Amino acid sequence: MSLEIMIVKIRIDGKYYETKLGKNLLEACLELGLNIPHFCYHPALGSVGACRLCAVKRFKDADDKKGHIIMSCMEPVTEGMIISIEDADASAIRAAVIEGVMTNHPHDCPVCDEGGECHLQDMTVMAGHNYRRFDFKKRTYKDQDLGSFINHEMNRCIQCYRCMRFYRDYVGGKDLNAFAAHNYVYFGRHENGALESEFSGNLVEVCPTGVFTDKTLKKHFTRKWDLSNAPSVCVHCSVGCNTIVSERYDSLRRIMSRYNGAVNGYFICDRGRFGYEFVNDEKRIRNPKIRINKNEKQEEVSENNLILTSLTESFSKDKKIIGIGSPRASLESNYSLLSLVGQENFYHGISKREYNLTKTALDFLRSSSVKTPSLKQIEKADVVFILGEDITNTAPMTALAVRQAVRNKPKAAATEKGIPLWNEYPIRNYTQDSKSPVFIATAIKDRLDDIAEKTFRGSNADIAGLGIAVGSLLNDEASTLKLSSNDQQELAEKIALSLKNAKHPLIITGVNCGDEEILHAALNISIALRKNNPEAMLSIALPECNSMGLAMLPGKPLDEAISIASNEIIDTLVILENDLYRRTTKESVDVLFEKSKQVIVLDHLINKTSQDVDIVIPVSTFAESEGTLINNEGRAQRYYKAINNKDEVKESWRWIGDLIKLRNNDQSIPWNNFDELVSSLVNELPAFSKLKEYMPDADFRMYNAKIPRQSLRYSGRTAMNANIAVSEQKVAEDNDSPLAFSMEGQGEQPPSSLVPFYWTPGWNSVQASNNYLDELNGSLKGGDPGIRLVESNGENKSSYFKIDSHTVDLQKNELLIVPAYSIFGSEELSSAGEAIKQRIPEPFVYLCEKDADIFEFKDNDMITIEIAKSKIELKVIIENSLKQGVAVVSVNLPGMPFIDLPASGIFSKM
Amino acid sequence: MEKPLTKYITPGSPPPDLKEYSRIGGYASAHKALKEMSPAEITSLVKASNLLGRGGAGFPTGLKWSFVPMGENSPKPKYLICNADEMEPGTFKDRYLMEGNPHQLIEGMIISSYAIQAEKAYIFIRWAYKKAEKELRKALAEAYAAGYLGKNILGSGFDLDIYIHSSAGRYICGEETALFNSLEGKRAIPRTKPPFAAISGLFGKPTIVNNVETLVWIPHIIERGAEWFKNLSMTGAGGTKLYGVSGRVKNPGLWELPLGTTLREVIEEHAGGMLDGYKFRGVIPGGISTDFMLEKHMDVNMDFSNVGAVGSRLGTGTMIILDDKTCPVAFIHNIEKFFALESCGWCTPCREGLAWVEKLLASIEEGTGKMEYLDILKFHTKYLCFGNTFCAHAPGAAEPLQSGLEYFHDDFVQHINGKKCPWRS
Ligand SMILES: Cc1cc2nc3c(=O)[nH]c(=O)nc-3n(C[C@H](O)[C@H](O)[C@H](O)COP(=O)(O)O)c2cc1C
Ligand code: SF4
Ligand code: SF4
Ligand code: SF4
Ligand code: FES
Repeated sequence: MSLEIMIVKIRIDGKYYETKLGKNLLEACLELGLNIPHFCYHPALGSVGACRLCAVKRFKDADDKKGHIIMSCMEPVTEGMIISIEDADASAIRAAVIEGVMTNHPHDCPVCDEGGECHLQDMTVMAGHNYRRFDFKKRTYKDQDLGSFINHEMNRCIQCYRCMRFYRDYVGGKDLNAFAAHNYVYFGRHENGALESEFSGNLVEVCPTGVFTDKTLKKHFTRKWDLSNAPSVCVHCSVGCNTIVSERYDSLRRIMSRYNGAVNGYFICDRGRFGYEFVNDEKRIRNPKIRINKNEKQEEVSENNLILTSLTESFSKDKKIIGIGSPRASLESNYSLLSLVGQENFYHGISKREYNLTKTALDFLRSSSVKTPSLKQIEKADVVFILGEDITNTAPMTALAVRQAVRNKPKAAATEKGIPLWNEYPIRNYTQDSKSPVFIATAIKDRLDDIAEKTFRGSNADIAGLGIAVGSLLNDEASTLKLSSNDQQELAEKIALSLKNAKHPLIITGVNCGDEEILHAALNISIALRKNNPEAMLSIALPECNSMGLAMLPGKPLDEAISIASNEIIDTLVILENDLYRRTTKESVDVLFEKSKQVIVLDHLINKTSQDVDIVIPVSTFAESEGTLINNEGRAQRYYKAINNKDEVKESWRWIGDLIKLRNNDQSIPWNNFDELVSSLVNELPAFSKLKEYMPDADFRMYNAKIPRQSLRYSGRTAMNANIAVSEQKVAEDNDSPLAFSMEGQGEQPPSSLVPFYWTPGWNSVQASNNYLDELNGSLKGGDPGIRLVESNGENKSSYFKIDSHTVDLQKNELLIVPAYSIFGSEELSSAGEAIKQRIPEPFVYLCEKDADIFEFKDNDMITIEIAKSKIELKVIIENSLKQGVAVVSVNLPGMPFIDLPASGIFSKM
Repeated sequence: MEKPLTKYITPGSPPPDLKEYSRIGGYASAHKALKEMSPAEITSLVKASNLLGRGGAGFPTGLKWSFVPMGENSPKPKYLICNADEMEPGTFKDRYLMEGNPHQLIEGMIISSYAIQAEKAYIFIRWAYKKAEKELRKALAEAYAAGYLGKNILGSGFDLDIYIHSSAGRYICGEETALFNSLEGKRAIPRTKPPFAAISGLFGKPTIVNNVETLVWIPHIIERGAEWFKNLSMTGAGGTKLYGVSGRVKNPGLWELPLGTTLREVIEEHAGGMLDGYKFRGVIPGGISTDFMLEKHMDVNMDFSNVGAVGSRLGTGTMIILDDKTCPVAFIHNIEKFFALESCGWCTPCREGLAWVEKLLASIEEGTGKMEYLDILKFHTKYLCFGNTFCAHAPGAAEPLQSGLEYFHDDFVQHINGKKCPWRS
């Protein structure tokens, strides 16, 4: 279809507008900036025609004066259609729908958590209902305890069915549904209990009323209009979802999703939403700490100058200084450390295994011509093959994107039948269980199994073997390798054929599974696919929010720093935002610390590393600083501070700038602000040159003003500090960004990368985001923020990896062990928060019944596993999806020591 | 007067078994249809007969069937569903037909399935119809044993299985698309149309839903032809109709009469007129989702178009009479309470609107109503129209309400002004 045909002209209330064929009328009108009230329609969830709020009038032709009522969300736009939004009958119906839902809705907005950011409030005003005629008692419900993330207040429900459709249809959750009927429909679980889905927090935004609200915000509630906000990027995994982080009284109050059409769309995962509580934690390091003697306790010093003076000696030119960077620190902070210590002394603070695998991934993404998809592109995949990586737990939003990808086949079938793509239930009813094929090869049952066409369970060697077989079937040059098992060979052939016939085949694997063979097998498949299909895609989950950024910086693995320490004395060891006990064994860290005369840690929280070093420097979290993170696809994204630093807390890069000043001994500061730092980085490392074009500098102004972090409705500015001083305090300055800690500024929409909150006239809820998009579900006006620094090049010149499979000879009582990640628990910072803590499992090991029987283990037994000479104690869970001989052990959970997995381990009773 | 549908039904005695049914000519039409007629011929014949659906809406059955994709490449399987949910208050005609002559329905379903080439058929039966279900199961077993069901029926190469599904017991399950959701094990809420059932119905496949009383006609039309069928009725609509009367009449019951018999004949002759001491005030002609008719409508021919012409609907043809010793407000309240409770809760106007209507009526009946309530009620009769709501449930509920408010206005006013129900002591 040519573009001309796709554009249609429609007449709305006497004026002509252009829109695109394939949309429904509600979408078209919202995109044109015309307000039509609506509840049940959501851009990501499509139309179902339940609420009946979006009524408008349609006229058959210019002579039709009477017209008829239609639901705009259920009406495809057609050339020349004539409609009226303002029509009196249509307006009366919309008002009546609001009157209807308001018959039972509590009239207590002032005490409702949704108030001020409520779609129902907005719609009530927009639809024009105000006078109450309902004389009777309101319906009431019992609320449920839905766990530590979400508060439930069913009396506020208007039965729009969005929650159910989001939770069941969109994210595949099972434990939330609509119950009962007539005007007593109930939305909740079958009983009290935490919602199981990893994406449940989005209910807070999807629900147009105060039924589902953020329980972590409730603990320190603030009116939404009193929040000071900043555009941010999630720091809890390598996907890099965009977020809005919000402050009041110097504490971080909540996180919401920030729309990015290429990355997370409308949603984020629960780790990203509720993992922020560490920022306000009492274990936060707020002042420098010093310990003069190794055996003494650290003492707090409140003067940062004092610390700097005492460090003059440590950083003098003649001292051997080593810097250890971090995949959870920003690119700029890592770079500043690299500048301080020099490239030859800069170490990536990650294990050798992680370092090598991440490097392999990066090199491949750089050199191959295989596409690295954004989440949006993942949603377009028509065949997916996942190897070895539990993406729901390591890259949650990637898993959610795969859940959308399976709808491509049914959507195509529906399109053929003439059912528009927004017409949600006809598509589902017509196509029933039809799904685009997803193949999942993992050691243990997977959270995505419910959408899989076929699953495969085996050891890492089995998974790699399957991958190698699929690769060789796709690679015309390779001699076909036959798997010994017929079933496996059949599966390999099925997967290969599916991938081959796909338009947008996608291979997903990850570094977290820790297995080089699997990674290489996956890369080989993608090379083979790419030969015949330029649309072939490869997505690799990385461990942390800036794993990619760190990998792009020069530097060596942590293990090499440890080997140096065993041979020579280090004068000063600087550790940036990193708990080394999570990266290597205790023995290794001990060596490093013993051989370093002085150990300095810059971090946010007291942890095993920071509690036991000579100097601790308090540094800002993502919420208190500017920084750039590079996600697993190589997309650089910048976050901005929502909280102005207080006490002695400063950005790592600012502290390190001071240290460089000491080192240079010439009192020259390497950078005065964030922009200068980025310039310096770009000048020194050309791989990052695009960074400068990416974001407006701090001197960016709109109408001569900075962009306000606060909405026009922000209150209490003159009063909020009155208990300290009655005169109004000066607004804090921010020389590092174009954002201001103020509500004063332009009224227009800022550039897409700098949107601190959504608000447009009449739209106070998150639905206001619709007005920031060029098309619903499309890109933000002015383009989606973020810039790809790693991009596949045109030619396909990668050569296949030679994979040497090594078989392990197992001793008696020994099993193969692969790692299990937990969305709640395996990531360091989020695990420090109370809400997440409630969801963290006890350290566990999964075993199949047969293995358990051999060892005489029962469910819930505590047992001991010895891996590479270190012993850990774990709780047994019997899980029969595991192959015999393979065990799955939780990793990185609080309190667990570092274990380098996969490995083999000796099992015994405690 | 011919009574093709009920001729062999004797209330109180067991229904004809297969042997008896065959003896009286049963399954001859199945033989004829499957052996001598093509599916298209059957559909044309049904079209020519002008058989209008007896489920309430009077949609032409042959036309409905003609929407089903046919031929080699049409989707498989296709489904036929017999709607035996019959939750409409006052309606018990399908029950009578199923309990009294189950083979007649099964034969109708076999021929209808053959006409649309459906390999699977369901009888979606009201949960409370235990006896009908038992008789149907017995008859199905006999039909399977005799080769009328299963593989290669009567050597025609046509396969058919019929399943019985006991409904969950909600009114909305009778709405054909909610019925699909219910059969698929989902919440019984109606579906978006288009796509229509003939294209994407049960499990996304082409599906035809017909009422029991519609399907039982098929064997007779095959046997006797379209002209015969047309001539059965008083008016042009074709066939006989099961009319029922409940309320304070001398002889409440159910009769098979020519379609288009006058209201007067049904009530006065067959139902024996009002009980002594009771006066007729009005009648809900076809299940409770139809507008009231009054004394002045007594000579209306009770078929789809003539009842439509006086502002009501024939519906299911089973009437409930309002007498002078029954409070019309309480009567209407009772109706709306049913509709409010049976709202599936999917769309706002119905879910919240009917609940409000019910409360307003209850309040008026209790003597606590206000004059403004009449305006709110009247508003709802317009607001709950088809198009504003998602399905026909609420519009159905609005029908007796709107004519009741009009015809019994004085009674409502009396309740409000007198602050009590005049019928209560
Ligand atoms: C709320 C509602 C309830 C219904 N209940 C029934 C029912 O119990 N039985 C029935 O045959 N049709 C019922 N219908 C009508 C069906 O949707 C459908 O039109 C009918 O079964 C078609 O059969 P016919 O073409 O043979 O008349 C109901 C419709 C609505 C809107
Ligand atoms: S709980 Fe919220 S999202 Fe769910 S139906 Fe009610 S108002 Fe809608
Ligand atoms: S943890 Fe990962 S998937 Fe979840 S919101 Fe953060 S970046 Fe997105
Ligand atoms: S009109 Fe009533 S029964 Fe029909 S969909 Fe709406 S709520 Fe459900
Ligand atoms: S938005 Fe159109 S019916 Fe709800």
